[in-house]
Amino acid sequence: MVSAVFHSPLEASTSSTASPAKLVAPASAVRAQPDPVPAVRAPRTPYDWRGLWLAVLPPVLGLGLLVGLWALVSITTASSIPSPVETFKQAVTIFSDPFYSKGPNDQGVGWNVLFSLKRVALGFGLAAVVGIPAGFMIGRFEFLSRMFNPLISLLRPVSPLAWLPIGLLVFKGANPAAIWTIFICSIWPMIINTAVGVQRVPQDYMNVARVLNLSEWKIVTKILFPAVLPYMLTGVRLAVGTAWLVIVAAEMLTGGVGIGFWVWDEWNNLNVKNIIIAIFVIGLVGLILEYALIKVATAFTFEEVKN
Amino acid sequence: MSDNLTTKYIEIQGVEQTFKTKKGPFCALQNVNLTVAKGEFVALIGHSGCGKSTLLNLIAGLTHPTQGSLICANREIAGPGPERAVVFQNHSLLPWLTCFENVYLGVERVFGAGDKSTGVPSENKAQLKERTDAALAMVGLTPAAQKRPGEISGGMKQRVGIARALAMEPKVLLLDEPFGALDALTRAKLQDELLAIVAATHSTVVMVTHDVDEAVLLSDKIVMMTNGPAATIGDILSVDLPRPRNRVALADSPAYLGYRKAVIDFLYTRQAHVEKAA
Repeated sequence: MVSAVFHSPLEASTSSTASPAKLVAPASAVRAQPDPVPAVRAPRTPYDWRGLWLAVLPPVLGLGLLVGLWALVSITTASSIPSPVETFKQAVTIFSDPFYSKGPNDQGVGWNVLFSLKRVALGFGLAAVVGIPAGFMIGRFEFLSRMFNPLISLLRPVSPLAWLPIGLLVFKGANPAAIWTIFICSIWPMIINTAVGVQRVPQDYMNVARVLNLSEWKIVTKILFPAVLPYMLTGVRLAVGTAWLVIVAAEMLTGGVGIGFWVWDEWNNLNVKNIIIAIFVIGLVGLILEYALIKVATAFTFEEVKN
Repeated sequence: MSDNLTTKYIEIQGVEQTFKTKKGPFCALQNVNLTVAKGEFVALIGHSGCGKSTLLNLIAGLTHPTQGSLICANREIAGPGPERAVVFQNHSLLPWLTCFENVYLGVERVFGAGDKSTGVPSENKAQLKERTDAALAMVGLTPAAQKRPGEISGGMKQRVGIARALAMEPKVLLLDEPFGALDALTRAKLQDELLAIVAATHSTVVMVTHDVDEAVLLSDKIVMMTNGPAATIGDILSVDLPRPRNRVALADSPAYLGYRKAVIDFLYTRQAHVEKAA
């Protein structure tokens, strides 16, 4: 009833003939209400144009700035750097047939990306299989932590490419050597983050485990693993990012089919348009990998762990 | 023997606890002697840093005394275990498990394995689930059973903590400032619930608190601790108020006010130098 009384002035402004009836018979006012409400509500919640504006305009401007600078460089270098329009036309022809295969040195961009991703997946997967359990052990046992920390500190700053010759020597092949390089560069973030995660499991949770007298298996599955998961996923994310950076450089050196080799091959052909396209493709794939892993990480992070 | 057990269910003799710190050894507790009878509700009260939580951790078995002995049900306390369940100050629920799963974790361990020495058979999943549901129902949280701790209020989390402890049917219930982080109204409600639960289950309870009213309302015996370092038991006050106790009726009862005055007198007159010491 109260709401009907409060609404009446608004309704009166929309239909003045209805208001006397409401004052006399409130029941009819309640019945009459559903009709004017949409008319009143519509202007109150207008579409959030400003939000959309802010969401769309700055990124578009940013991209515009990039393309503008690129066009400027293209003009000043007398088109030794191809213009955005030419590159776009070339990109359309390349992406119209990404999966052609004309011998080992001439394959579509799709194949090149997939071969690179396969190497990253293999090297990264092996690093996860070794690095995550190693991180758990190092985090759980003080002795192992003291034993391996100097080694990790010594080897981590080494550029992964410095390991490439060792890989070539040991594995006697370009492909395993590239995978080996990816393995080396992605193992450190996973070991370190997992170990830190294990060391930071709140003492309260471990006290709960002791009071409940949980078995070691339950401690690992119900307490340690969920508590460490967010740290571990951060390690995984860093590792994938680094791996994607390194694969391009490794493939430039080793050759074969892959996006890094493709860049080098196009440089030898002096086909700069394809190099620029490759740069965009590499960026886009890296972005997708990063975004997917952030999504996974947030899905597994719980309130108490976040802070 | 049985008479001894009822009067001296928990027996603490000459306990001393020294921690190693960077500045050298720090003596937290010294010469602590205390007995708790079966079914008794004991409150440990004192200023911050007086070692009440240290003493509770010793009874829980989470830490070991430097000297002296702790005995529970005629057995030396060697380590933590579900027969001495702890309700932690910050509830310590596992955030990735639902309330049900948090309680079930303890129930599964205690009743799911069975006990060969006493011949108690292990219970099946339906029985374990029933126990968990019963514990959650006892603290009034049946509707929140499938929620995660992040989705419920502080008072509800603390109730899950209590349910987890009670579901294991512990011989002793240890409460470490269980309501310290809650607002006054929620605290009062949970105190009343705890009174009802303890009356129904006849649990032996040791509770750390720094709330005078909470101590007088809930306990049979208030253990007042002197200030640290090297804290010890200053005085023990027996609270002979009839049960069931009602906070509204007790609010102006002379006996209640007398106990309250005694505790306040101890804390603020006899042990008032805490600020200067700290």
